[in-house]
This record gives sequence, structure tokens and C-alpha cells, in this order.
Amino acid sequence: MTDITSQTQAALAAIGAATSLETLEEQRLDALGKKGWVSLALKTLGGMSPEERTAAAPAIQSARAAIADALDIRKAALEAAELEARLARETLDLTLPAAASPKGSVHPVSQVMDELAEIFADLGFAVATGPEIEDDWHNFTALNMDETHPARAMHDTFYFPDKTSDGKDILLRTHTSPVQIRSMLDQGAPIRIIAPGRVYRSDSDATHTPMFHQVEGLVIDRDIHLGHLKWTLETFFKAFFEREDIVLRLRPSYFPFTEPSVEVDVGYSTEGGRRVVGGHGDAPGHAWMEIGGSGMVNARVLEFAGVDPAEYQGFAFGLGIDRIAMLKYGMNDLRAFFDGDGRWLAHYGFSPFDQPTLSAGVGAKA
Amino acid sequence: MKFALTWLKDHLETSATVAEICDGLNAIGLEVEGVEDPAEKLAGFRVAHVLTAARHPDADKLQVLTVDTGEGDPLQVVCGAPNARAGMKGVLGLPGAVVPANGMVLKKSAIRGVESNGMMCSVRELELGEDHDGIIELPADAPVGKSFADYHGSSPVIEVAVTPNRPDCMGVYGIARDLAAKGLGTLKPIAMPAFSAAGACPVEIRTDDPEGCPAFYGRVITGVTNGASPDWLQARLKSAGQRPISLLVDLTNYLMLGYGRPAHVYDLAKLQGAMAARRAVDGEQCEALNEKTYTLDASMTVIADEVQVHDIAGIMGGQHSGVSETTTDVLLEIAYFDPARIGATGRKLGLSSDARTRFERGVDPAFLDQGLDLLTGLIVELAGGSPSEVVRAGSPPSDTKVIPFDPGLTLRLGGVEVPEAEQQRILESLGFSVGEGWRVTCPLRRHDIEGPADLVEEVVRIHGLDTVASVALPRAEGVARPTATPQQKLERGLRRAAAASGLNEAITWSFLPEWAAQHFATGNEPPWVLANPISEDLKAMRPALLPGLLMAAKRNGDRGAASSRLFEIGRRYFRAADGLSDEKPTLGIVLAGEKTQRGWQAGKAQAFDAYDAKALALQLLDAAGAPVANLMVMGEAGPQFHPGQSGTLRLGPKTVLARFGMVHPATLKAFDVDGPIAAVELFLDAIPAKKGAAFARPGFTPPALQAVTRDFAFLVPEALAAGDLVRAVQGADKAAITAVRVFDVFQGQGVPEGHKSIAVEVTLQPGEASFKDADLKAIAEKIVAAAAKQGGELRG
Repeated sequence: MTDITSQTQAALAAIGAATSLETLEEQRLDALGKKGWVSLALKTLGGMSPEERTAAAPAIQSARAAIADALDIRKAALEAAELEARLARETLDLTLPAAASPKGSVHPVSQVMDELAEIFADLGFAVATGPEIEDDWHNFTALNMDETHPARAMHDTFYFPDKTSDGKDILLRTHTSPVQIRSMLDQGAPIRIIAPGRVYRSDSDATHTPMFHQVEGLVIDRDIHLGHLKWTLETFFKAFFEREDIVLRLRPSYFPFTEPSVEVDVGYSTEGGRRVVGGHGDAPGHAWMEIGGSGMVNARVLEFAGVDPAEYQGFAFGLGIDRIAMLKYGMNDLRAFFDGDGRWLAHYGFSPFDQPTLSAGVGAKA
Repeated sequence: MKFALTWLKDHLETSATVAEICDGLNAIGLEVEGVEDPAEKLAGFRVAHVLTAARHPDADKLQVLTVDTGEGDPLQVVCGAPNARAGMKGVLGLPGAVVPANGMVLKKSAIRGVESNGMMCSVRELELGEDHDGIIELPADAPVGKSFADYHGSSPVIEVAVTPNRPDCMGVYGIARDLAAKGLGTLKPIAMPAFSAAGACPVEIRTDDPEGCPAFYGRVITGVTNGASPDWLQARLKSAGQRPISLLVDLTNYLMLGYGRPAHVYDLAKLQGAMAARRAVDGEQCEALNEKTYTLDASMTVIADEVQVHDIAGIMGGQHSGVSETTTDVLLEIAYFDPARIGATGRKLGLSSDARTRFERGVDPAFLDQGLDLLTGLIVELAGGSPSEVVRAGSPPSDTKVIPFDPGLTLRLGGVEVPEAEQQRILESLGFSVGEGWRVTCPLRRHDIEGPADLVEEVVRIHGLDTVASVALPRAEGVARPTATPQQKLERGLRRAAAASGLNEAITWSFLPEWAAQHFATGNEPPWVLANPISEDLKAMRPALLPGLLMAAKRNGDRGAASSRLFEIGRRYFRAADGLSDEKPTLGIVLAGEKTQRGWQAGKAQAFDAYDAKALALQLLDAAGAPVANLMVMGEAGPQFHPGQSGTLRLGPKTVLARFGMVHPATLKAFDVDGPIAAVELFLDAIPAKKGAAFARPGFTPPALQAVTRDFAFLVPEALAAGDLVRAVQGADKAAITAVRVFDVFQGQGVPEGHKSIAVEVTLQPGEASFKDADLKAIAEKIVAAAAKQGGELRG
């Protein structure tokens, strides 16, 4: 008996002292292996009489259980220590830079065009398009600017040497207004559209580029008047700038394609050297800035576009997209819009996930 | 159009302030572009009395003055003017004042050791004239101490933008009329100068071109003296931005600026025989007053005598018969020219003038006689001479326009309710007459009035656009309906997909240098080239988006950027069969510089390659809803691409959805940009629209049994495209094979010369029952056989 007890004590001590899984395995084989002393002791039970067996078995069984438990515990401890050591060896310097994926961006003009589409869709306007290489009938004549009209000369038009088959001049559209004509010819009245796009004038200085972006708006229906025009522009600017204190000033003006014609000013203040739209232009610290042209569509234009002016009337407006983008998002140099400078695009561009929505607000804050 | 307030007040009795007048001008559509108050420039200059004058102790040409400024002790001032003397009155600039002519700030100083407390000024120093021979001498009764600006009566100058429909406001009188209608004063009647005309006009006058010149009135004045204009006239012209020339010329300009009425004065001595308005003869020449010679043609109206052309009608007079210091007898011309012809002539000749601006917009046909008398009276008063009677050829248009008007239209179109009596008052104050049943007769000068809408504009602009209240547009019931077209949705989606792929959206010019457009032209189609480009760099419409992006990438590189990942969505410009524009929506991508920077993990910097371009093309086509699995990779990306590293993605052999690859070194060289550069163009108009798409998707039916994969490696001829092998393998058993993926391509040891090894992983999807060994063996045999047809041999 004492043999087993002391052998067990010795084995437990050795197990407890094992420092590696290998030595632990040696201990296991020594005690519980096929030829281990516990296994051999267990085998001796087979040759015993029942009485002897009853007397001897518990000690052997308990020795086996104690050793097996000790092996398990020690094994778990050694494995944990080994894992810890391995993990320690695997430590990374996480201050090292990770690979970055390039960040793309959406151009502010595109972003603002999407904003326009979103706001005007809510007011029932569809987005219309037309060719940029136009003929002078759509760009001028149908807009009540016949060949001798002085306003034609004021448009700084780019011409092509080519002519249409019926002899019309071909030019780069000087405004988005020809889309009015095309849309009315296509769809008739009533109609509500906006037409954003590129337009061209042979003009280039600090604030003008030979190519820029305009959005045209057109509403033709039975009872549309100047009050609706004012509301529409006010409503648009409130939604676009996301502020309620937008004040518009309408001034009489002249465009051959509208009658009456109205220039639209918006009140603004100057904060930190930047124009901030909002407030009454005559209020202290405020002023007015021209922001677009508009008016009631001239009856002649309706006739040219195949709409009966006795039945229908309506308004049209034109706004500079680049300009309202600058006002909203703080760019100060129009020429940079068309340079493709990666730094500028990253600075003023928008995340692809800034898709304008009415519920989130159409604008994207920096 | 610029004018001094005093000029306006000649015609408008008003107590309104400058600010009120400016607000009024803006409100009625005469936009104020600026107000300049010369009094501001003259701040700090006073009427002063020279009490004593003594020689400067150390300078012969200087004097030391004591000057009374009207307050405090007299000041000591050093002055170099020869006319400075005790007892005179002049203009003293006090320390702090800024000399208008040169911007010098006056300060207390010592001149050759003598203290000086200001400066006595000359006319030129105050920008009141050219005289610089001495200091200004004021009359003895000039009040000492008064601000010189007030004493001088300098008047604020207002600049307004007159819209082209309002030639009647291209004279001060017309502006006064509009302001009076707005309630800012009372319009004064025109004061007609008195003179007596005697004798018939000695010059015969005709109009042989009644279409171009319906009316030509004239009068001779003999015995005039031409010279410099009086100060008041010079001051007026200068306030309007006109340079005084000589009295006779200045007076015609005065008439034009005051009343919007151009006129011309000929030196009678230079004319021979009758003066006629006629068409020019093709090739006929005229040296105009700007000293340039113009070659005319038969579409142009001129005024000529029996020898030569003396006036490009309505635009500019001729040098030969222009008046000079020695002119004594003159012929005055007041005519009415056809506005359209004037405009056409001016454009053809590239000749602008104040007269043209007015004539081509339309002068007042009812103001010929009055204008001629005004001019005659002014000349007789200031230059002397004896006027003849008027001689008239033809007559100006006199058909008055009568518009039946419904005053209710003001509300229906203008959105503002204006009482009928007020509407009538407004129209009448502008010179319209309102007859029985609201039949409105328009004044002849209002060429712009065509119909009732124009009358609404007149009423509303004078009544005040600020009284128009906002009225909401009628709104369709419920939530706003979607409005975007499939093309618009495609572009919006692609734009954001491209940005999400790490590309920066650029917008580049639609026009290119011609060589760049030619470089990217497709086939024989010539690009659209502008007739009047603003520069050689912006001349031809782009036939591709890549050139603009390449140039942007070059600029970025020149600025030191390590890479450019640019895209643009825009149009390419082609010609349709009918010769008109065919604009194709396109997405262009340029990948330049480093794809990845050198790094501690990846080592050296990596450039973009053709597979980057292919990946983007496929990814974006997929985002656009194109059936990317069915696309074929083919060649013919275009000569701007590397012939061995570029391709097209096609749906069927003819429909090209995209081209991609490495840019050809010759193209890089032409654009002077460093390579390698990868590029993509997606042809958005070629992407098929989704057909009959619904919100609900087909049911989800994952296969019941798990797929198995088998790897095969084939030795194939080097020239075989991997895609051909893949397609062959894929076709070996269409039911079982769901995917074939190349996972290794190898050339080198163990692979015979002229061959390569391509390893593919084939995914096999069992249907109802799992594959048995015999099934898999049979499929493998079919795969090997299919590969063999492409020249592939299974590697052992």
C-alpha cells in the first residue's frame, strides 16, 4: 500500500514539476502508459481473488484517477503558457502604417446637379437635356432673338464653320434655354422641367470661363404667374441652402425670351471674407447679389415651341450652377473647377455616399 | 450709361436723395452699376484766401504764403505757382487730403527749410481739367473756408446698365421720364432754345435707300466758330465718360447723351454736291473718324456726296468731312436708320460706336425735328452762325401700335393686383395713351412693346416687383413621383460607383487643342472645330474623354502628385448622318503614376497596369447593369492604346461597351506626359437598358448539394488566349460546370519553349444526386478533350 501511495506522491510531484509537454508525456507514459506502473498494477488485479481485488483496487484506481487529473491540469497549464509565449512572439508593431485604399470623390458641380434634381423632383420637375452643339434657331431665333437682335451679339457665341442642311448656323449653346424649346416641342404643355448642363461663351477672365454650367427651369401651365416664379425660386433656395431666411429681390430686366423679365437678387452677408446667403439685402451688414435671370415666357417663344399662348403661360429661369456651388460650398475660383487638380478634387469633392436625399438634407456638410 | 445728378435734375424736378434715386432706378429696371461722388475725392480741399506772399529765402521760384482758411490762424504755405499772389482766392489742400491726380497724401512738411501746411492746387491736380500753368484762381466772392466740392458744385455720377430693349433710356431725359413715372419727381418739359432760321438749306438732301434710311433731315449753319467747349459742357461729357473733342462734336454728343439722339455734323467745305443716303457700292471704302479705313458692300447704307462716302450711316462719320478748328460752315444730319441694317453693318465691319448702339436698338422716330432744333440752338448759342431752314428727305416710321389691353392681365400674368386707375396713370406717365376700352397706343420710341405682356411689364416694374407675393405652385397629390430617366439614373449610379472605387471625378473642357482632338478622332470623322475659338488650346470638340484627363494627369504630375486616378462623365462630340451633333455620353478614366507607393510591406512602388483598367471597366459595367458575364474581350481599342495591352469589352462582336488598357507610348509623348498610364472609356449609350425589371426578384433557390472543385493544368501554345481555354472548358459540360477560374499561368522550367501552362479550378455543381467517381471521371475527360481542341495538353 505504502508503495502505491509513495509512488503516487512521487508521480504527482514529477507531473507538477514538468516544464514541457514532452516531459509531461514521459510522466504519463511512466504511470499510465501500457507499461506504466499504474497500468501494470491494474493488470495485477486480474490475477487476484475477489477479496484481494476488493481490497487492492480502490488504492490503484484512485492513484490512476489522481494522476490522470494531474496530467490534465498540468497539460492545460503548459498549453496555456505555450500559447501565451507564441502570441508574445507574434506581437506586431501596430504603429506601422496599414495599406490605405484610395478615396474617390464626386465633383461639386455633379453634386449640386444631383441636389437640384432632388429638390426640383419634389416640386414635380423632371430633368431634361439637349445637345450642346446647337443650331441658331434653337439657341436664338426660337427664343425671340432673330438674326439682327442686338442681344445675339451680347452672347459671345462660339460658332462652327458648319451649317445645318437647311443653312442654319451651328454653334455651342450659350445657355440652357434651347432645352426649353426642345422640351416643349417634344412634350407640349403643361410642363415642368429643369435642364442642367454645360454652356459656352467666348469669355475668359477671373470670374468667367468659356465653359460653365447652367440650370434652366421651365413651368408652363394655365394659370402660372410671376408670384409662382418667386415662390419657386424662394422655395428652391431655402431647400438648397437649408435656411429659412432666404430673401429674394426681383428687379425688372430684359431677356428677349421672357416678358416680363426679372433679374433675381438674393440677400447675403459677408462672414470671414465669404459671402453667406441669407437675410434681407438691405439689412445692416447685408447686400444683394445677382443670382439668376427669369421671367414669364414670351408668347412668341411659346408659339415657336408649338404651345398656344392663348391657353398656356408660364415662367422660366436660369441659374449658374458653378456659382451657387461656390456660394454654398465656399470655392472662390471658378477656373479651378475645370483643372482636374487632384488636391482640389479631394478638398472640395464629395464622398460617393453623400447622395442628396430630402430626408437627410440635400447638402453635405464638411 | 453714366450721367451726373445735376444733368438728371435738368429734366427731373425732384427732392430725392442720390440713394433714393438709385433705389428707384434699380426698382424700375435701370440697374445701378455704380455711383461715384467726386465730392469724396475733393474732401479736405477748401476755398482759401491768400493774405500775403513773399519770396522764399532759399529758392527763387518758390513763394511763402499766408493763407486764411476761414478758421483759426492763417496757415503758412509754400507755393511754386507763378500766379500765386496776395489777395487772390484759390483752393487749399489741407494736411490729410489726397491729391486726386496722383494719390499723394498731403502733410505738414518743410520745403527748403520753410514750414508748409498744405498745398495750393492747380486744375490738373484736382482732375478738373488739363491746366497746370498755375494754381486755381477763384472769383473774389468765393466764400473762404467753404468746402471746395460744395463750392464747385460737383455732382455725384450714376452709372446705369440700360438693357437693349430700352434705347429710349440711352439718354438722360428718358431716364428722367421713367423716374418721374416711378414717383421720384416731375418730368420737366424740354427747354427748346430760341434761334431764327433763314433761307432754304443750300445742300440738296436725298434718301436713295428708303429701306435703310427712311428719313434724312438736314440743315446748314454758316459762320460757326469751332473750338474747345465751355467748362460746363466738358464737365458733363466727362461725367458721362466721354472725352471732349471740339465744341461741334461735343454738342452732338451732348444731344446723344441727353436725349438718346445721335446726330452728325459735316464740314460743309469738304462736301460736293447733293448728299444722299444710299447703299454702298461693293468695295467702296471710307476712312472713319477712328482713322481706320473700312471696305463696304452693297448691304450697307452710307451717306455720300457726289464724290465719296462721308458717313457709315448710323455708325461712324468719315474722317474727310469731319469738323476741325477751321470749320466755319456745317451741315447737320439727323436721320432715322433701319435698326436691323445698322446692326448687320456694324457686325460685318466689327465697328462699334455709341451711335450704333442707339440706332441698332431703335431711336425715337418722333424726335427728328426736335432733336435737330435742339442741336441747332446749342450750336448757334455757343458757336455762333446762321442756320438755314430744315430740309427733309423721306419720313420716319409713324405707324403707331395700338394694343387692346385687359388690365386684369396684370394680375393673371404679373401676379399682382394694381388698380386700373393706377395702371392707367403708369402707362400715361410713360407716354402711352389709354383710349376707350383699354386700347393702349404706344409711343413710337418704345420699339420693345409688342403685346399685352409688355404692358404688364411696364405696369409691374413701375408699380414695384417687390409687391409681387409668392404663390405656391400647385402640387400633385401625395409623394413626389420619380422623374429621372434611365440614362440619368445610369450616370448618377456610375458616378458614385466610380468615386467609391477610389477615383476622383474631374470636369475638363469640352474643347481641346485641334491636334489633341485629331489624335483621338475615330476613323475618318473630322472633329468639330470652332470658327472663333478663344485660344488654340480650346478649339476642337473632344471625340474622347481621355485627352482632357491625360492633360489633367500631366498637370497633376507636374505639380508633384504621385498619382492621378481621375474620371469624368461627359459627352463626346460626333456628327450624325444629318450633319448635326451626335453627342455620346461617356465615362473616361485615367490612372497615372503610382498605383501603390513603395512601402514597408510591398516594397517598390507599383504602377498601374492593363488589368487595373480591365477590373475597373468590368466593375463599373456591372454597376451599370451590363451583363458582364456575357462580355467578350476583343481587340481594337484604338491606336491611342498599347496594341498588345489593350482591348474592348463587347456584347456580341459589334457592340463595344468599353475600351481599356495601357495608353500608347506615342500618345504619352504627344501629350508630353509620363507613363505608364492606364485608361478606360465606357460608352454609356451602348449599355443595354434593363428590360421589364420589377422590384421583386426571382426566388432564392440555393443548390441542395455542395459543389466540388477540380484543378487542371494544361500546356497550351503561348499564343492561346486564356479566355479561349476557359470558354472551351466551360462548354465541356454546361450542366455540371458552373465556374472556371484561372489560378496560375506559368512559363519557364518544365514548360516547353513556345508554350505556357494554364491552371484552372473548375467548379462542378451536382444536381439531384451527388457525383459518383465515374461521373467525375467522365466530366474530366470531357474537359481534357475540350482543352485539347484548343491545343491544350493536360500536364501530368
